[in-house]
Amino acid sequence: MQRPVLTRRQAYEARVRRRATLVAGGSTLGVLAALLILVPLAPGWPAVKKSFFNTQVFADTFPGLLNAFLLDVAIFAWSAPLIFALGLLVALARDVRAPAAYPLRLFAILYTDIFRGVPVILVIYLVGFGIPGLGLPRPWNSPYIWGTVALVLTYAAYVSEVFRTGIEGIHQSQRAAAASLGLSNSDAMRFVILPQAIRKVVPANMNLFIALQKDVALLSFIGPVEIFRQAGVYKSLMANFTPYVGAALIFLAITIPATRYADYLMSKQLKARS
Amino acid sequence: MRPLTLALAATLFAAPALAQNDCAAGLTLDEGKLTIATGNPAYSPWVMNDAPESGEGFEAAVAYAVAAEMGFSNDQVVWVRSSFDEAIQPGAKNFDFNLQQYSITPERDEIVDFSTPYYEAAMAVLTRKTLVDGGAEASLESLRGLIWGADANTTAVPMLAEVIAPEKDPLLYGDNADVVEAMKANQIDAALFDLPTALYLSAVVLDDGVILGQFPADRSESPDAFGLLFEEGNPLKACVDTALASLKENGSLAAIEAEWLSESTGVPVID
Amino acid sequence: MAKLETRGLMKSFGATPVCNGIDLSVAAGEMVCLIGASGSGKSTLLKCLNLLEPIDDGMILLDGDDISVPGLDPQPIRQRIGMVFQSFNLFPHMTAAENAMLAPRRVHRKTRDALGPEITALFERFGLADRMDHYPDQLSGGQQQRVAIVRALAMTPEIMLFDEITSALDPELVGEVLDALRDLRETGMTMVLATHEMGFARELADKVCFLDAGVIREEGPPEQVLNAPREARTRAFLKRLL
Repeated sequence: MQRPVLTRRQAYEARVRRRATLVAGGSTLGVLAALLILVPLAPGWPAVKKSFFNTQVFADTFPGLLNAFLLDVAIFAWSAPLIFALGLLVALARDVRAPAAYPLRLFAILYTDIFRGVPVILVIYLVGFGIPGLGLPRPWNSPYIWGTVALVLTYAAYVSEVFRTGIEGIHQSQRAAAASLGLSNSDAMRFVILPQAIRKVVPANMNLFIALQKDVALLSFIGPVEIFRQAGVYKSLMANFTPYVGAALIFLAITIPATRYADYLMSKQLKARS
Repeated sequence: MRPLTLALAATLFAAPALAQNDCAAGLTLDEGKLTIATGNPAYSPWVMNDAPESGEGFEAAVAYAVAAEMGFSNDQVVWVRSSFDEAIQPGAKNFDFNLQQYSITPERDEIVDFSTPYYEAAMAVLTRKTLVDGGAEASLESLRGLIWGADANTTAVPMLAEVIAPEKDPLLYGDNADVVEAMKANQIDAALFDLPTALYLSAVVLDDGVILGQFPADRSESPDAFGLLFEEGNPLKACVDTALASLKENGSLAAIEAEWLSESTGVPVID
Repeated sequence: MAKLETRGLMKSFGATPVCNGIDLSVAAGEMVCLIGASGSGKSTLLKCLNLLEPIDDGMILLDGDDISVPGLDPQPIRQRIGMVFQSFNLFPHMTAAENAMLAPRRVHRKTRDALGPEITALFERFGLADRMDHYPDQLSGGQQQRVAIVRALAMTPEIMLFDEITSALDPELVGEVLDALRDLRETGMTMVLATHEMGFARELADKVCFLDAGVIREEGPPEQVLNAPREARTRAFLKRLL
C-alpha cells in the first residue's frame, strides 16, 4: 500500500498556489507585451525614442554620469551622520521638561516647524547663496558646506520628529522600571529609552534617508556638478533627454534596494509586535 | 478714373496681407499670427526689462524685423515664454520659433531645426574688480587658476573645458542670475558668457563687475552662432531664412546689432 | 520604629480617589501582603511607596524620615527601595546580566568587573546561571520575572516591593517565582507584596492587609484575616476568590 505524499489540504493548497502563480505571471506578461507593442505604435514614439532612449547618447554619457554620481554619494555620506546627530539632539531638546530649558524647547519646536514647512530647494538657495554672501572668506563660503548645511537643517527637522515619535512610543513602564532602580532621568533616556527608540524608528528613518539621497541632487542649483547637473549639461549640449534617463537609472539602482530593505525591516517589526 | 483709384487703393492695402501669404500662409501655429517664444525671464540686452512686446533689446528687435519681413504687422506678433527644456523636448511646440541665444550645434540640430545664424557671439570672461586688483589678467595661464562658473545650459560649458581647462572643476548653474549670485557670494572668481550678456551683467547687475577679455567669434574654429529654433521639420524655416537673408543684405540686422549690442568693441582679446 | 510607614496617604487620579487615607506599617524584616480586588489601590500604594507616583496628602516615612516631602529628590530613596512589576519591564535590548548591572554601574559607579561575582552569585541563587547572556525575549515569563527580581536586588535595597508579580504568568510558571520569594524571605528582606496568591500569603506573610476602596479595611496575621475575617467586605472578597 502506498502512503499519500500530500494530505488533502496540502494538495488543495498546492493547486491554488499553482493557479495563482500562473494567473499572476500571465497577467504580468500581458501588460508588458501590451506596453512593448502599443507604446511604439504611438505616432510620437520615434521622436520620443530619439530624445529619451537614444542608445548612442546613453553610451556616450553614462560613464560621465556615474562619475558625477560619486559626488552625490559623497554629499550623502557626510550629510547623513550630521542629520542623525542633529535630529537626535533636537528630539531630546523637545523632551526636556526643566523650566530653565524652556527656550531650548521653544527653539526646537520653532525649528522643526519652520524647516519642515519650507521646500528644500528654497532652503538650499537661501542658505547656499545667502550666508556666503555675508562675506565669509574662502573656503568657508563653499557651496558644498552651505548646501550641506541646508540639507542637514531640513532633514534633521524630519528626523527629529521621527525620533520623538520613537521616544514617545516606548512604553511608560520602561521609564518606571528605570526610575524604580534609582537611575537618573538622563541615564534612563540614554541607556533605556533611546536605544529602544532608535531601533524602533530605523525603517522610518531609512525612508527619510532614501529621500535625502535623491534630494542631494538639489545642491546642483548652487553650483556643484553632481549627476543631475551633469545630465543637464549633456542634455543641453546634445539637445537630448537620454542622460536624464541614465541618471534616473543610477538613482534607482541605489534607491530600489534601499526601499525594499526598509519595507522588509518594517514588516519584520510589524510581525514582532503582533 | 474713380474705379481705378479704388482698385489701386485696394491693391495697396491688400499688399501686406498678400506678402504674408507669400511664404508663411498656412504654416504658422495660428493663421494670421506669428507666435514667438523667448526665455522666462528674458535677459537684457537681448530683451530689455523682460518685455519683448516693447521691441526693445536685440532679440526683440530682430523678432519684429523678421516678422515684418515675413509680412506680419507688430500686433500680429504673439509672445510666449519657454524654458530651454520645453524648446528641445519632442512633440508639438506652442511657438512658431523660439529665440533665446540658442547656439547652433550639430547635436541640437538633430532634434530641432535652426534658422541661419542671426548673431555670432564672442565669449567673454566676466569677473570682479577685486580679482583684477589681485592680479588676474587676460591670459589663458592666469585664467586657468581661477574658480569658474557658467550657465549649465550654454555652450560656455564645453568651451570652458576645451579652451580654458581650469585647474579646479567649474561650478555650474541653472541660469544667469544664479551665476551672478555665486559671484557675489565669492564662490566663483569668473564666469564665461556670450559677450553681450557679459557686458550687460558687468555694467548693470554686478556692482564691481569687469570684462577681463573676450574670445572673438571670428577667431574661433566653430564660432558660437545663435539661430532661431524651430520644431524639427517646421516648413516655416525656409520663409524665416529668406527674411533673415534680406535683413542681412539690406543692413537692417547690422543696424539692430549696432543699436543694442554696440559696446562690444574695446574688450581685450584673450590669446 | 517601623521600617516603612504611611500615615493618611491620599492619592487621586483626576477626580477618582484611589488611596483614601492609608495607614500602613511595615517592620524591618517583615513580609506584608496586600490583598483586595483590582482597583482597590494596591498597585497605586506600591508605586507611591517607591515615589513613582507623588502622593496628594499624608506622608510616607522610611526609617522615620519623611520621604514624601514635595520636591525631594526621589532617586536616592528609590535606590533603597527595590520594585518588581507585574509585567516584568525588563529592558528588551539588554541581556539578563546587563539588565541587572545597569543601575549598579550607573548609580553606584561600579565597574562590570567589580560587579561580576555578586551578579553571578545572584543569578545562581535564583537558578538563572545559564541565562545571564540571554535577552528577555529568549526567556520564559517565569525566568524574566526572576531576572527582574535579580535586577532589583542588584541594587542591594533595604526594602522590596512586589506588584502582583505572578499575575501575568502561566499557571505552571507561578511556582518558580514564588520559590524565589520564599528564598528571599529567608534572608530576612523587608517585603511588601500586592498579591492574589492567598495560599502563599497564608504560608509566609507576617501580616495581611485587605484593601478596599482605597483604605485598609482589615489587617492582621494571615490566619486571622484569611481564615476568620472580621469584616463582611473581607469575607465577601475571599468568598469570591474561592
